[in-house]
Amino acid sequence: MSTPALAPRSEGRRSIRTGFDVEKIRSDFPILGERVHGRPLVYLDNAATSQKPQVVIEAIAHYYRHDNANIHRGVHLLSQRATDEFEAVRVAVQSFLNAREHREIVFVRGATEGINLVAQTYGRQHVDEGDEVLISAMEHHSNIVPWQMLCAEKHATLRVAPINDAGELQMEEFESLLSPRTKVVAITHMSNALGSINPIHQIVRMAHARNIPVLVDGAQAVPHLPVDVQEMDCDFYVFSGHKVYGPTGIGVLYGKAGLLEEMPPYQGGGDMISSVTFEKTIYNKVPHKFEAGTPDIAGVIGLGAAVAYVGSLGLSTISTHEHDLLTYATERIGAIPGVQLVGTAKQKAGVLSFVLDGIHPHDVGTILDLEGIAVRTGHHCAQPVMDRFCIPATVRASFAVYNTTQEIDALARGLDKVKEILG
Amino acid sequence: MADLRDMYQEVILEHAKSPRNYRALGTPAVKAEGYNPLCGDRCTIYLTIRGDVIEDIAFEGSGCAISRASASMMTQSLKGKTTGEAEGLFKSFHGMVTGQNSNGDRPQLGKLEAFAGVSEFPARVKCATLAWHTLEAALHGEHEPVTTE
Repeated sequence: MSTPALAPRSEGRRSIRTGFDVEKIRSDFPILGERVHGRPLVYLDNAATSQKPQVVIEAIAHYYRHDNANIHRGVHLLSQRATDEFEAVRVAVQSFLNAREHREIVFVRGATEGINLVAQTYGRQHVDEGDEVLISAMEHHSNIVPWQMLCAEKHATLRVAPINDAGELQMEEFESLLSPRTKVVAITHMSNALGSINPIHQIVRMAHARNIPVLVDGAQAVPHLPVDVQEMDCDFYVFSGHKVYGPTGIGVLYGKAGLLEEMPPYQGGGDMISSVTFEKTIYNKVPHKFEAGTPDIAGVIGLGAAVAYVGSLGLSTISTHEHDLLTYATERIGAIPGVQLVGTAKQKAGVLSFVLDGIHPHDVGTILDLEGIAVRTGHHCAQPVMDRFCIPATVRASFAVYNTTQEIDALARGLDKVKEILG
Repeated sequence: MADLRDMYQEVILEHAKSPRNYRALGTPAVKAEGYNPLCGDRCTIYLTIRGDVIEDIAFEGSGCAISRASASMMTQSLKGKTTGEAEGLFKSFHGMVTGQNSNGDRPQLGKLEAFAGVSEFPARVKCATLAWHTLEAALHGEHEPVTTE
């Protein structure tokens, strides 16, 4: 974690440090009133997907009730309204990531599609036989497989920078793997399985010193940390809307305008062209060149509402609250006999992965579920991370702005029950 | 409402802690490997078949309490059975844990009835059936690892 361990800073449900009113935040999320198996829902699976505030649900419903039409093509009023709302979100996301221009924001289905887009366009254009793509040992499958596919096609080699026992990227090894053959670095901003935050600035500096572009997978980082792509100077940054309180099925690829302009299109179809004849097609300008077909308009509008919601709370406030939760959870859960934490990086956010002696995570997950507690159990789409720690799976509790220390206490009680039944 | 004790019955917990027939069999045993990609559970089933009788059966692997107990109790139930009887038991067992047959349809399951409670936990059906799917692969001489997906 980024600051020394702190005592839990919670009095009731109000944080002393920030004056942050978590009850008010919780009332923004209708699903948090649900009961599961007869118990109040304790939702600690936010790294898989976050819950949605009422403003996001309403924005989507409002769009379908009042504004639904296809975009970029109609002369009628609804089409104009839909287009304006859609494009306004592009500007909002530009500001959210502090991109230089709004045309640097491409709407995609999610972080996965963003990475595939870059691998299949920039990657196919620049990676040749004998070249290398460098990733890290803590990547999600979505930042491994698209590069493996590219490397298989091009007879290139995927290189993997190792991590240490705490789950931190080993920077010397990372740097030594940057070679004249390296054509792309693709690295996660924050590990979904371990919570580790990577030193992206340093990574970008090292790669750029060798003229290698860097793609950053921000799927986990965006809900927890302020992101400034200009300051970071990364070449591509991807994230998914659904992990940052927005809807599923929508995400963002940020790319530097110069790179996006040079890249070939990803998919062909409507909207990505400026003119089509059977002899020749002229492609549309960036970003539309990468947005073939009718997009998830409602999803984009929902994402806009989510970004506005996060902006209204402030990412530094969110990040402080979540840091308090993680500190509390690390002490509380880490103190339970038999619990072993997996991922103890100094720079860490929002994720507590652990195993219980002699008890399989799947059994833990089922028993916690009956207590109303939702956690993720399994390999978290990061099998190489599990292999690195020689475990098949972990239990992962992951936090969002609406979680409370009382919920972490409920998790601790749930784990006591697990041990009582299976220990 | 689903009750934990419906699934985590004493006999299941006991087999999970001390699985029976947990070892490898050498030739002339056939073997097959099973894998649940969702949770990373792995199971290897070894079979020695003479004529059409399962003379010996054993397993190895890693997994949750349900998958270990299921593999352990499966090996106990199948030793000495014909391959045809094994297929019949798999069908009944699968029907039971997926909640597709009633008590009357499965007279022969015996101790394996302990897994009836799994039908209340749809996310755990694959844990209970991994060993059985692997057995099927071993019986049919499949060399590729089978998965529960």
